[in-house]
Amino acid sequence: MQKLIDIPRELMTEEDLVQPGLLSCQGCGASLAMKLALKGLGERTVAVIPACCWTIIIGTYPYSALKVPVIHVLFETAAVSASGVRAAFDVRGEKDVVVMAWAGDGGTFDIGIQALSGAAERNDDILYVCYDNEAYMNTGIQRSGATPMGAWTTTTPAGAIKEESKKDIEKIMLAHGIPYVATASVAYPDDIVYKFKKARSIKGTKFIHILSPCPPGWRTDPGKSIQVTRMATQAKVFPIYEVENGRYTINIYPERQISVKEYIQPQGRFREMSDKMLNVAQERADQKWDDLVKMAEDS
Amino acid sequence: MKQVIKGNYAVSQGVKLCRVEVISAYPITPQTTIVEDLSEICARGEIDAKFIKVESEHSAMAAVAGSSSAGVRSFTATSGQGLLLMHEVLHWAAGARLPIVLANVNRAIGPGWNIWADQSDSLSQRDTGWVQIYCESNQEVLDSVIMAYRLAEKILLPVMLTYDAFFLSHTSEIVDIPEIEQVDTFLPPYNPEFKLDVDNPRMFGGMTGPDYYYEERYIIHKDALETLELYPKVCEEFKEKFSREYDICEEYQTDDAELIVVTAGTITSVTRIALDKLHEQGKKVGLMKIRMFRPLPVERWCKVLGNAAKVVVIDRNLTAGLGGVFANEIQAALYPLQNRPVIFPVIAGLGGRDVTPEDVENIINYALKNDQPTDIPLFWGLKE
Repeated sequence: MQKLIDIPRELMTEEDLVQPGLLSCQGCGASLAMKLALKGLGERTVAVIPACCWTIIIGTYPYSALKVPVIHVLFETAAVSASGVRAAFDVRGEKDVVVMAWAGDGGTFDIGIQALSGAAERNDDILYVCYDNEAYMNTGIQRSGATPMGAWTTTTPAGAIKEESKKDIEKIMLAHGIPYVATASVAYPDDIVYKFKKARSIKGTKFIHILSPCPPGWRTDPGKSIQVTRMATQAKVFPIYEVENGRYTINIYPERQISVKEYIQPQGRFREMSDKMLNVAQERADQKWDDLVKMAEDS
Repeated sequence: MKQVIKGNYAVSQGVKLCRVEVISAYPITPQTTIVEDLSEICARGEIDAKFIKVESEHSAMAAVAGSSSAGVRSFTATSGQGLLLMHEVLHWAAGARLPIVLANVNRAIGPGWNIWADQSDSLSQRDTGWVQIYCESNQEVLDSVIMAYRLAEKILLPVMLTYDAFFLSHTSEIVDIPEIEQVDTFLPPYNPEFKLDVDNPRMFGGMTGPDYYYEERYIIHKDALETLELYPKVCEEFKEKFSREYDICEEYQTDDAELIVVTAGTITSVTRIALDKLHEQGKKVGLMKIRMFRPLPVERWCKVLGNAAKVVVIDRNLTAGLGGVFANEIQAALYPLQNRPVIFPVIAGLGGRDVTPEDVENIINYALKNDQPTDIPLFWGLKE
């Protein structure tokens, strides 16, 4: 059983590029994700932010919480806006600057997937990050293509909870043949810093998918955000792995293993999930993990 | 150097002469040959530009919005449906004060599918905050690209230049192509004060509440109006360097004209022929060619049209339930005048239907004959 990635601790003492005063909710995973991401990337980074929770979290004009340049862009254009910024920095001869698109799950799985696919097909030298809180949380909890089966949202209300599974966005991105695809979770902060440091050194399109808890949307206790999120990995619902040039590595072998039922228990959004759905979810989680282990062994 | 080239190549030559640094575009008939030619120009290394070959027009506009925000000269081109797909980003680019230049080949909007000349596409984008320039010839297309960057980078608003499908895009004309060194003396490198910069981090386009948004919009409006003062100066400087004359609008035989025809695009050339014939018959008719349509040159239009008894506006576009866009806006612009000319709004040539000199001659004779328009608008050449 492997523990957390061995990260030099001094990494965590690097300058914080996220300043205090974020407008996020209590227990917000997205805020923590940005703080950790920028620790890995450093200040020679440009953040490209489409419509998402971070549009608000960062602060309103004339304030910005980030110590790196930020450009807000249209909802569906995160990837291609980053491609444009990338081209300009290349023209300017600043090839070391990382251009990071930072989008939510709606902006990635749904409305932005065309532009994301285009950028990945061109293998544009950008880092695309999806912080995934598993619904349109900024507009007030509507279902997205990232919302898991069995979840309540305001558009999958009681009596009509979501029946469809979450898209496997990693497989979609891997099908583009890009050099780096990784999952991460705010419950494993060292791993996030490690992955962003690594992504910084890779040319081409990098995709990092971060599970980011949303207490108001998940109907969870804000004080237990990290605990609840860690359970997603322990239940194999959200495995933490990376695929570098086709080579799979499982970064986190959970310290304890739990069932999907245990994972959903503390989350109010799954209150109506049926046993039948739960069985399907459990089967899929097991299958996904087994597939991953095999891919990692074969790599 | 004079060459015989098509309108689309006048665009790509203009882009090359302006040393554009980032290009992003998506192919659409009849704009496609611009994309092809620019790809070849980049492949041959004739300009040092990055060409981002995107998966949609929406992305093309978003890409150049991104590159322009990082302070490099950026270009895109499209037509018809492609321009409509860009709509959301057009607003964004203007609001972000990005001096992007866009060449639009005027094409009809479907359904049914129609790839031919019609100005409904660009006119439906008139509220996006872009400067709009309508061109009549391939020479004007090339020169307008060069002047567009000069204007855009001064006023920090994007500029759309637009010209008719096939009548210009795929028609060869003699074009005097200036030397790039000569263009350099007219168009200095773009180096904006505000751009994405890791050494001086700023945030662009963030959430702006009611306390600030209103004034931001007012400033854009004020600067857009300043364009009306600035563009004639740009044209004057252009004339000094290149000996070709342009203006916000162009007048032809308007002195003492009792009737003035207003056109935009290639119907203008047809109208010139019709006017020459009518002049031989002693008729006092003139022409005002619209070049800049946004910002709206109200004062100039009033000055040119105010003394005529009649104004005929030929619109190759249609807003269903209203009529032609040009006629509508001319009516609004002239309304404050004490003695307003009688306006004859005419729709003609939608979807690329040919409008001949005889058509224009007959339209003018109809307006001369009648004290008031018989139809508002008059649909010229409508089949029974």
